[in-house]
Amino acid sequence: MKLYEYSIRRIFLLIFVLLGVTILTFYLSRIVLNPLGAYVTERTRPEAIPAIEKRLGLDKPFYIQYIIYLQDLVTFNWGWSRVAHMPVIEALFYRFPATVELAIASFIIIILVGVPLGIISALKNNSVVDHAIRIFSLTGISIPVFWLALTLQYSFSYLPKVAGLPSLPSNGRVDALLYQQYPVNRITGLMIFDSLIQGNFIIASDALLHLILPAMTLAFLSIGAVTRVARSSMLEVLRQDYISTARAYGLPERMVIYKYALKNAMIPVTTLSGLLFGGLLAGAIITESIFAFPGMGQLTVFAISSNDSYTIMAFTVLASFIYVLINLLVDIVYAKLDPRIKY
Amino acid sequence: MLLSVRDLIVEFYTYRGIVHALNGVSFDLDKGEVLGLAGETGSGKSVTAFSIQRLLPANAKIVSGKIVFDGVDLLELSEEKMREIRGQRIATIFQDPHTYLNPVFKIERQFLDVLKYNDPEIKALENKKEAERIAFEKAVEMLKKVKMPAPERVLKMYPHELSGGMKQRVLLAMAYSLTPDLIIADEATTALDVTIQAQVLEIMKELQKEKNLSVLLITHDLGVIAENCQKAAIMYAGRVVEIGDVKKVLISPKHPYTQGLLKALPRTDKEVELVGIPGTVPDLVNPPTGCAFNLRCPYAKEICRTKVPPYTLEEGSTVACYLYGGK
Repeated sequence: MKLYEYSIRRIFLLIFVLLGVTILTFYLSRIVLNPLGAYVTERTRPEAIPAIEKRLGLDKPFYIQYIIYLQDLVTFNWGWSRVAHMPVIEALFYRFPATVELAIASFIIIILVGVPLGIISALKNNSVVDHAIRIFSLTGISIPVFWLALTLQYSFSYLPKVAGLPSLPSNGRVDALLYQQYPVNRITGLMIFDSLIQGNFIIASDALLHLILPAMTLAFLSIGAVTRVARSSMLEVLRQDYISTARAYGLPERMVIYKYALKNAMIPVTTLSGLLFGGLLAGAIITESIFAFPGMGQLTVFAISSNDSYTIMAFTVLASFIYVLINLLVDIVYAKLDPRIKY
Repeated sequence: MLLSVRDLIVEFYTYRGIVHALNGVSFDLDKGEVLGLAGETGSGKSVTAFSIQRLLPANAKIVSGKIVFDGVDLLELSEEKMREIRGQRIATIFQDPHTYLNPVFKIERQFLDVLKYNDPEIKALENKKEAERIAFEKAVEMLKKVKMPAPERVLKMYPHELSGGMKQRVLLAMAYSLTPDLIIADEATTALDVTIQAQVLEIMKELQKEKNLSVLLITHDLGVIAENCQKAAIMYAGRVVEIGDVKKVLISPKHPYTQGLLKALPRTDKEVELVGIPGTVPDLVNPPTGCAFNLRCPYAKEICRTKVPPYTLEEGSTVACYLYGGK
């Protein structure tokens, strides 16, 4: 089967996965939370409540409510977000690009640091360098996020600021005062991208500075995993017979490693990084909260702590949608890397 | 003399201890000669091959010995010089064609890379495109030589799209395209079924005759040696125990181990009872003192258990055994 036929079939299957997800989230949210909460406050007159219930369809049987929910979902009528004080779809529209920007930044760091470290570690197997890299990656895996975030804030933002040195911003997405002075028109919502194509380099560089600490925090947690997978798969590949062939037929060591071994070793790394990227796109709850980064993760924390059912459900559906989509992408890249895989 | 291996000692450092893989391997190979190296699994045949190529794994060490190839001791060459020798003068054909081709690159890429780094004509070309084109033509020509059907199409394929015999022919073509002086065929036909094995051996024989190549044919199949080699060497526990003209070694074996091997070989021409060699291969972490075969040898004497037997010439074969040499 051709790759694009496979992709179409997978996208078709994606609909069923999402149906499953919506059934689960809908069921759970109706058990745990009361959707009325978004529309009723302490000032609402009790006699007005049945009318609101009727308008939201809450007086109907459960399965009818689910169908109404699905209708709303496909027409982008995702309900009112109590924590954002705006429709959920609008809140996501503002916050999702921020998360995407953060995800891309940390993903770039993860790959650029994690993969080379893993390869060096494999090539210098069991040397001091290898042990140092392994300790570093183990640290990354085992360190608590909040501790790392606070430590980075303290050492790169607070300490230099107190000492009167240039410091990195520790919260937000951009300096608000600066933004007032040099506003950026929203095109994609990706602040750096938008400001760059409008020639606004002041905001672009400020937004980039704001990304550094949260992106480093997020990246550090996953670099370890990528390093370890890259290391072990490189070691595995270097033991393979076809590497002996390449050497026995007089290819230079540099080429044996960076061409013949690397492409094979990158196959497992691709799977892992796809999943990592999916996770990053779904929002980094703790990191975004600590750095007051206005992404989806932060919104979700607010939503969870105030039982905002519409926001939570929207987030869950969107996150699972991203995960499934990224998985499909990984499978396609996989087929490109490994010709033995046929769909 | 093209290749002369002298007193080669190789050790592997493992968690179990030091494995004495080769304990003084010596043999000579003349130009145009085909030498069969036989022995059971673990006797050191492949380690010998990898030592000559200097491609031993990182935990192995060549403790002492000499590998003189065309007047140069390979063990003293720089890594870069050794790489050139590997590509241009000594080619290896490995055991399992299924695992010795890189699965994620097309045959074309792998073949052309080998040519571009080793073929003097193609290496000298400045124009990269031109070099690619000439390399491609040369690859096609070599594949035709190994009787590969539709070589242009095969070059555009991935290894998993080829059969075992085809893959082995690709590897053969790659090895012979470098016009080496010595071919090391390390169990090159073991993983193939018998008919394909016969075809591959036939191709190897033709190419060997055409270029007057020297071949070190490593196998555990004495039949393959009988049909293809002029000389045979029998290895046991990291040492060559008997070496000589193939007819002499296989028809009137001198060493008790060779005799045992031949008695254990089924025959089609007459009814004989198959007799196995008692005991098992010694553990090379703790090899026995004296002759490594003394625990299984029906003729073992007191001296066999204490001293390693030297080589003696007996009716044209060189044997390492105290039964000969008047002692």
